[in-house]
Amino acid sequence: MNGTAQAAPPSPRRPFAARPGRIVAWTILFLGGVVMMTPLLFMFSTSLKTASDVYDLRLIPQTPTLANYIQVLADGRFARWFFNSIFVATVVTLSCLFFDSLVAYTLAKFQFRGRQVVFIAILSTLMIPTEMLVIPWYLMSSQFGWLDTYWGIMFPGLITAFGVFLLKQFFETVPNDFLEAARIDGLNEFTIWWKVALPLVTPALSALAIFTFLGNWTAFFWPLIVTTDQTLYTLPVGLSSFAVEQSIQWEMIMTGAALATVPTLLIFLFFQRYIVRGVMLAGVKG
Amino acid sequence: MTFLPSFRNLVRALAVSATAAGALLGGHNPAAAVEIQYWQYVFDTRVQAMTEVIKTFEAENPGITVKQVTFPYADYQTRLIAARAAGRSPEVMQLFYGWLDTFISGRLVQPLSPTAFKAEEIEKEFFPIVSAMKRDGKYFGLPTAVRSMALFYNKDMFAKAGLDPEKPPRTIEELVAAGKAMTKLDNAGNFTQVGMALDIARQDHNWWREILVRQYGGESYSPDGAKVAYNTEAGRKALQFYVDLQKVHKIGREGFMDEGQAAFRAGLAGMVVDGTFRIASYKTIKNFTWGVVELPTVNGNKANFGSYFANAISAGATGEKLAAAEKFLAFVSSPKAMNIWLEKVGELPARRAVALTDANVNDPVYGPFIRALDYSSTPPMTDELAQRQVSIDLINTVLLKDTPIADALKVAAEREQAVLDKAKAK
Amino acid sequence: MAHTNITGSSGVFGRLWGRLSLSSRQVVWAWTFLALPLVFFAVVRFYPTIDAFFLSITDWDLLNPAKFIGLENYHRLFADPVFWQVFRNTFAYLILGTPISIVLSFAIAYYLDRVVFLHGFIRALYFLPYLTTAAAMAWVWRWFYQPPPIGVINSTLSIFGIPAQPFLRSIEQALPAIMTTSIWAHLGFQIIIFLAGLRAIPTSYYEAARVDGLGEGAILTRITIPLLKPTTVFLVVFSSIGFLRIFDQVYNMTSNDPGGPLNSTKPLVLMIYQTAFGSYQMGYAAAQTVVLFVILFTISMAQLWILRNR
Repeated sequence: MNGTAQAAPPSPRRPFAARPGRIVAWTILFLGGVVMMTPLLFMFSTSLKTASDVYDLRLIPQTPTLANYIQVLADGRFARWFFNSIFVATVVTLSCLFFDSLVAYTLAKFQFRGRQVVFIAILSTLMIPTEMLVIPWYLMSSQFGWLDTYWGIMFPGLITAFGVFLLKQFFETVPNDFLEAARIDGLNEFTIWWKVALPLVTPALSALAIFTFLGNWTAFFWPLIVTTDQTLYTLPVGLSSFAVEQSIQWEMIMTGAALATVPTLLIFLFFQRYIVRGVMLAGVKG
Repeated sequence: MTFLPSFRNLVRALAVSATAAGALLGGHNPAAAVEIQYWQYVFDTRVQAMTEVIKTFEAENPGITVKQVTFPYADYQTRLIAARAAGRSPEVMQLFYGWLDTFISGRLVQPLSPTAFKAEEIEKEFFPIVSAMKRDGKYFGLPTAVRSMALFYNKDMFAKAGLDPEKPPRTIEELVAAGKAMTKLDNAGNFTQVGMALDIARQDHNWWREILVRQYGGESYSPDGAKVAYNTEAGRKALQFYVDLQKVHKIGREGFMDEGQAAFRAGLAGMVVDGTFRIASYKTIKNFTWGVVELPTVNGNKANFGSYFANAISAGATGEKLAAAEKFLAFVSSPKAMNIWLEKVGELPARRAVALTDANVNDPVYGPFIRALDYSSTPPMTDELAQRQVSIDLINTVLLKDTPIADALKVAAEREQAVLDKAKAK
Repeated sequence: MAHTNITGSSGVFGRLWGRLSLSSRQVVWAWTFLALPLVFFAVVRFYPTIDAFFLSITDWDLLNPAKFIGLENYHRLFADPVFWQVFRNTFAYLILGTPISIVLSFAIAYYLDRVVFLHGFIRALYFLPYLTTAAAMAWVWRWFYQPPPIGVINSTLSIFGIPAQPFLRSIEQALPAIMTTSIWAHLGFQIIIFLAGLRAIPTSYYEAARVDGLGEGAILTRITIPLLKPTTVFLVVFSSIGFLRIFDQVYNMTSNDPGGPLNSTKPLVLMIYQTAFGSYQMGYAAAQTVVLFVILFTISMAQLWILRNR
């Protein structure tokens, strides 16, 4: 199944039989794609419009201006929320990469009594929806003073069963000979994992990194609950409260939404290949 | 051996960066002698006004710093209660007058010291509606400002529609006529401009429930506040009038421009019912001029809805924090703070002498609100959000499901009664 | 730290370590690696799960200490007409959303798989919405759905002479309107997964089918769709869970009247949020989360079971 996960180029093995059909199908697909993009296009277009042009629904702004961006960023809160989101998503991603792969590797490559029990126990947590845990988490956070802290936002996601499950399958494909050879060279087990096994599963790690980052960047439910101090909001929570607190000003809301969207789109532009492959990997293996 | 440094460094780096970032961004001020927290809900101008009040207070009281923390309105009560459960209550908090019983039974607030805040002085100097903060002879908090409601109107739209911008509607009949004159439709019959912004989730629920019902000769609640009293002929007439604005007179539509005040701001709604707290926000409108007038009368009857957020001291505050909190509370209820509040937020000073100056009474904007305080009532609001939801659902049942007025009103009265009963039982 | 002693070459632990067999050392290493993560899972996953069940049989409300009240929260929930409305809504998101998104994404992937010209570009057009933030895009969609004169969709409809639709202001249209935004956001993910599944089917199967003289339609129904079953099962389960847990879009698109109008869009997670963090009835909300868990569990198991036997 590994080889199936390559994204590009499209296989020429089942090309359309007839030319007209091919052109029709292509055109429909293309137009569908354009329709998919309209919300994003209008969002960016409106963010460049002045307040009086907002209700003129032309896609290209008549007098494009960055004034909305300047106003939103000058507010200071957006910059802060932006930083919070980046910080939270980065730390959680690093933690997941480290701990998920350590656990996955241990479960894949070590022989010990209880291995299967541990694996099933971890896997079983996937059955529990986070919504069920938020009330106990909230209770825990308020008792330990974690409300309104970065730790409070981050702690539930620092290790994920999904990551363990995904990576375990990849570690299982790492040949034992490699690890034995390293052992004979006198490397300790941690170094073997860190220096020998990890590099062999980089595609899976990048897939996990992408999913974890994206999941935390867009996370809304838990940050909404655990943060009350505006300075600790993540971008989605901040945007939501910003949109409600102003009497609805669409150009400002679109600017905020654009700011929340740009980073992930940029990451996509630079890492398109990894991202598509990562999604496929997670889908096929996960 | 080899791994340990890298492993530990990784963990340490994570921990250090987390705490460093937290400390850098947390904005803790270790030098302060006494720090107290002040909580209120998010409302741009109120937050700005309080920032200014705090700045003035800190300049006058060098030993005390006040940290302002704000939350979205929908979460605000929960945050206070959760903080109490976690033992992290703010020393001074803002609360809606209707929440007081819940807050007392939950031991969130403590009575004001009778020596620092004398009851007879309060009653002499403040508007009588502050008595809603009194239980068993003890005051539990004091407001900076009080609010009432009025009709905002767009003078430019009045002029364009051939109406006299200096003669805004005085009665509901004139209101409907003015609304019709300003309403514009496109070829397909869609509104492109409404005579009146109608938004039940904002202030219209108060307009209907506390004002129109009484103007039609009814009562919203029983005198002791325990019973819903609007399921009467007057209540039906009031509801009929409100929904007819959309269904019969068609001078506006729920959901137009998403939000009533957004429509008014955008210059696409001729009128809107709103409160004092909106004044500062509307003052930033640049592309048209607007005016304010007392709410239109029904058969010559006037009514208004007076309400306020008070400030109270946490039950957990003791010692020097309590002393600092008392000083701060006295300051936020002082004429100086009230004038800042009036200027920044537009809410009326809670002290008679500060509010009833000639300048304020004759002010074209504040005047209508201040005059309304004479005939305002302050009904029971035990669970403001749940009670508001009842009104929202009431209007939507009539508008979206065509439920007959009488049936819808009966259901709403029963639902709101259940909300009141539940609050009583606590 | 224990690590230092175990790996150190001197001291008591060093000597003990030296005497351990290779497999025993492996056991020690394994549990060392697992120790912290297992504590984490115990504290952050297992304990809260048990706690949620426990809270669901109490009347805890943040203000007063929790009291055991048996199954009262469940009785109250099942007697609440709003809960049944919410229950219907939650399933409406699922029953409409999952089939539409699966069929649509399969059709697009099926044709996109054969497109050579601008393949990557077209794929990106479909995929990009997946990378957006639901809470942010909910506001964009909310604006799209506005009545005239500002709503983008209604303006487009009017060009074609179609009367304006109320969308979010209608008890019939609001739920499908919100559901559409969720389908839109997840379509790209499903397309990519289907594409991967399509690529996984060995070419030889198709060649053999063509040699047997099977037409395009027969190849699709007899080879492609059956062989895609694992992919489809995964996507159906994944998408169902997503729709049953919908929250971000509803919260942001109906903030004037959360879950409205008249509760017509309110999903279970929003009800949980309002119960717990709007009226702080934590015990009652915990009972709702247990119901959500039971629904999710049953639906996933049922789907796995049904799709396995086909």
